[in-house]
Amino acid sequence: MKLLKNSLIAFTTVLTLTSCSDDDNTPSVINEEEVITTLTATLTPVGGGETITLQSRDLDGDSGPNPPVMTISGNLTASTVYNGSIELLNETEMPAESISEEVKEEDEDHQFFFSSTSNLVTFSYSDEDMDGNPLGLEFTLTTSQAGTDVVTFTLRHEPNKDADGVSDGDITNAGGETDISVSFNNVTVQ
Amino acid sequence: MKHIVAAFVCYIISIASAHTQNCEYTLQGNVFDFHDGTPLSAATIYMKALDRYTTTDIDGKFTVTNLCKGALTLTISHIGCESKTVSINVNGNVKQEINLEHHIEDLNEVVINGTVKLNRTSQESVLKTKDIETFSGSSLGQALKQISGVSTINTGNNIVKPIINGLHSSRVVIITNNVRLQDQDWGIEHAPNVDINTANTIHVIKGANALAYGGDAIGGAVVLKPKTLKLADTLLGKTIIGGQSNGKAYHINTALTKTWKKGWYIKAQASTKQNGDFKAADYQLTNTASKSFGANLDVGFHNFEKGFNVNYSIVNNEIGILRAAHIGNVENLVSAINSRQPLFIRDFSYNINAPKQDIKHQILKAHFYKRFKQFGKLDLQYNFQDNQRFEFDIRVGDDRDLPVVDLKLKTHTFKSNLKIDANRNAVFKFGTLVSWQNNFPNPETRVRRLIPDYDKYDAGVYGISNLKLNASTNLDLALRYDFTKIDAKKFYLKSRWAERNYDADFSDIIIDDIGSQFLVNPVFNYHNVSLSAGISYQINTSSSWLFNYGLSNRAPNPAELFSDGLHVSAARIELGDLRIEQEHSNRVAATYQFNNEKLALQIEGFANHINNFINIEPSGTEQTIRGAFPVWSYIKTDAFLYGIDVNASYQLNNTWNVNNKSSFIQGRDLEKKDALIDIPAIKTVNTISYTNKKWLNFNAALQSEWVFKQNNYPNNNFTTLIPRTQQTVLVDVSSTPPAYHLMHFNSSIDLKLSHKNTLNVGLNITNMFNTAYRENLNRLRFFADDLGRNIQLQIKLNY
Repeated sequence: MKLLKNSLIAFTTVLTLTSCSDDDNTPSVINEEEVITTLTATLTPVGGGETITLQSRDLDGDSGPNPPVMTISGNLTASTVYNGSIELLNETEMPAESISEEVKEEDEDHQFFFSSTSNLVTFSYSDEDMDGNPLGLEFTLTTSQAGTDVVTFTLRHEPNKDADGVSDGDITNAGGETDISVSFNNVTVQ
Repeated sequence: MKHIVAAFVCYIISIASAHTQNCEYTLQGNVFDFHDGTPLSAATIYMKALDRYTTTDIDGKFTVTNLCKGALTLTISHIGCESKTVSINVNGNVKQEINLEHHIEDLNEVVINGTVKLNRTSQESVLKTKDIETFSGSSLGQALKQISGVSTINTGNNIVKPIINGLHSSRVVIITNNVRLQDQDWGIEHAPNVDINTANTIHVIKGANALAYGGDAIGGAVVLKPKTLKLADTLLGKTIIGGQSNGKAYHINTALTKTWKKGWYIKAQASTKQNGDFKAADYQLTNTASKSFGANLDVGFHNFEKGFNVNYSIVNNEIGILRAAHIGNVENLVSAINSRQPLFIRDFSYNINAPKQDIKHQILKAHFYKRFKQFGKLDLQYNFQDNQRFEFDIRVGDDRDLPVVDLKLKTHTFKSNLKIDANRNAVFKFGTLVSWQNNFPNPETRVRRLIPDYDKYDAGVYGISNLKLNASTNLDLALRYDFTKIDAKKFYLKSRWAERNYDADFSDIIIDDIGSQFLVNPVFNYHNVSLSAGISYQINTSSSWLFNYGLSNRAPNPAELFSDGLHVSAARIELGDLRIEQEHSNRVAATYQFNNEKLALQIEGFANHINNFINIEPSGTEQTIRGAFPVWSYIKTDAFLYGIDVNASYQLNNTWNVNNKSSFIQGRDLEKKDALIDIPAIKTVNTISYTNKKWLNFNAALQSEWVFKQNNYPNNNFTTLIPRTQQTVLVDVSSTPPAYHLMHFNSSIDLKLSHKNTLNVGLNITNMFNTAYRENLNRLRFFADDLGRNIQLQIKLNY
């Protein structure tokens, strides 16, 4: 029975040693830093005029059930060139964190793509990454005649920028993962 | 302690003669069965020093006369018993009681590859050491596929989970070295954390008929057993080294065992393996490299009557996930499905980049047992398990090197088992279990927790009876009760809380309000009763059958209760439900077995009705800034599974053998009147093998594996609008891949290096013709083909 006794002592020791772990604490709330809640595209007419903003805002993030709220501040003017810039925010944090900064820091791994279904507006890149490939945080938008169009902004992470057409803004061969894909359905040009 | 009794009966007064040796002593002995105390007649007693034999009479008694003073060694043997050696000191007339261990099944189990042992009443199959060694560089799941009725559900080729009769994950329990594995077994992308090299035999018990291991194994149990050690002064070693062409993989496994005659032993084992990117038939599978390490140290003392051991084991797996399977939204999923090739292919590399998993599982176990004469055996066991799981995803900025999943799961278990086997025809087992588990998701990941903080408490009791009604009939009955309590603390987004309509049922569990989130404290109690009954009957010398019934209950796992959020890599939002209740399974099964010199046939059938079957299925889409995602929700339904597994082997002559293993299974969702998802397709494996013992124990086998197309699947396809093109496209996540046929070849020889040393050389070719195929139950089938040809060369040295 000596063996039994020794074994029981060993059991108890092991049990005591391993049980002294953390007691149940209240878990701390996690502030997600990578979440993109808000995309704001600011369009400033080159020759002066009304600045137009397009915004997609999803305050409960991509894990929440609520869809993004889409706002278009006004109508675009026909036959006009706009300087565009994109700002990305994480508004789940206080104060809101700029994700555009992070995209800029890793510009070789990111690229915006722009498209419109009726081709009433066309886009071109105004900025470059460190390798001289387009990034798309800065762009120009040119309107043609009046009408309504669907405008889509897509941000790809780790696209293949050397693939055919990608540096001209064609998403077809880009690959990578979609970080952002937002469409504004009623962009009016008048 | 070896000398059980050494008593003087009488004192012989001798003639004082200091120089004459006295050889007039008598030894009177009794030989008993240790278990039930019955005297053993016709036992042989051999005294090597004297070269004399005697045997026991009908009362188990024997007498040896004319013994000289001094030490005497007896070897006692009896049919069906382990031989025993006893040393006694003759210093007068001596009486000696000897107990022989009549039931040796604990020490030396008779196993037949892949066939049921019909003295049991459950559907149990066994993989022997030789079969396991072939998979030394592979995984548990791959090895288990050798058993008819067992298939796997994979995420690539390194994450392989066993499916038993259509059920997997939390519905299959895995026991290694008598410890129930406690890891994040709920996820399909969570492989069991065991090193197959620690197992001497692997047992698969279909259905919940192994209640000693748990009452919730609705699918079945996989039991990995280590080697039983001999009582002898030996040092044994085994080393396996192998290399594979596909993935330029290598593996090494070494085990050293030192045993002492007195019962002490020490066993050390370590294995490591590594592979680079695998190759499909036509292209490289980028980022499928992996690295594994496993080690086991076992120290203890054992003999027939008592023993203890302390065991430590560690398994560490770092596994890359196919890069092309990492996608961003449904649009990417559609392009991946529609592309014939993965969208991301690079040159071969051993690098493991994100997305990847890094899992470390450690087990510390202490075990003690004692046998009591004419009563039975008591086992006490404590174990501690520590499971650390990291998952790395492709992230940006400062968080680039941070894991997205960082879970620490710690489990303490204490269990006891009492086996009363004094009557060989009626063996009873009683056991208890208490366990405490803590899950800690590290907030340092800076992403919302997939699985919340929780404590889980378990307590269980069971009773099992194994009755031998007559020479040909066995009856087993088992009853078990388990209590499970889950106490969790979880954050919910207020918008999700409202969308789930939890306020109606759970408003009282909110303990804090933090801006956009609630902190809630759900506490769930589950009472589970499980029952198992089985009967086996030997019709004649060649055929037998068994029939069994199992009732089991399974409490929902944390994923089913708490999942809430976007799995970017799976391109879907998964939602658990706090209202989900236990599953109840009623399963009946029957086996017919025929064996003669030529033919071995085994047919197993089962039907399993599961109430409250917890299933995940699509329930709409949600719009996010990344685009639209399908929502998959855990819901309850009623399920019915049934199937047949066949294993037939025919010995054509001394050297040639043909074998067929086939399985057929159907799964139905009774509420939706539709097929269940993830049910294995019909599969048939035919093997022709040649063995010639004279040619260095040469054997070679050619195998054909035919997997049919799964035509019974729920149609979960959905359409989605691609905003960029304003087109509505079909997302085909349901259609199953076509049937495929693969040919495999394996061969081995034994080279006798010396009296003790044998070198075994094995060649193993899988997918000989480099066929391009996709398996329905591989989660990565949307993105890439399965593995192409693989040539493996392996040597094994026993020393």
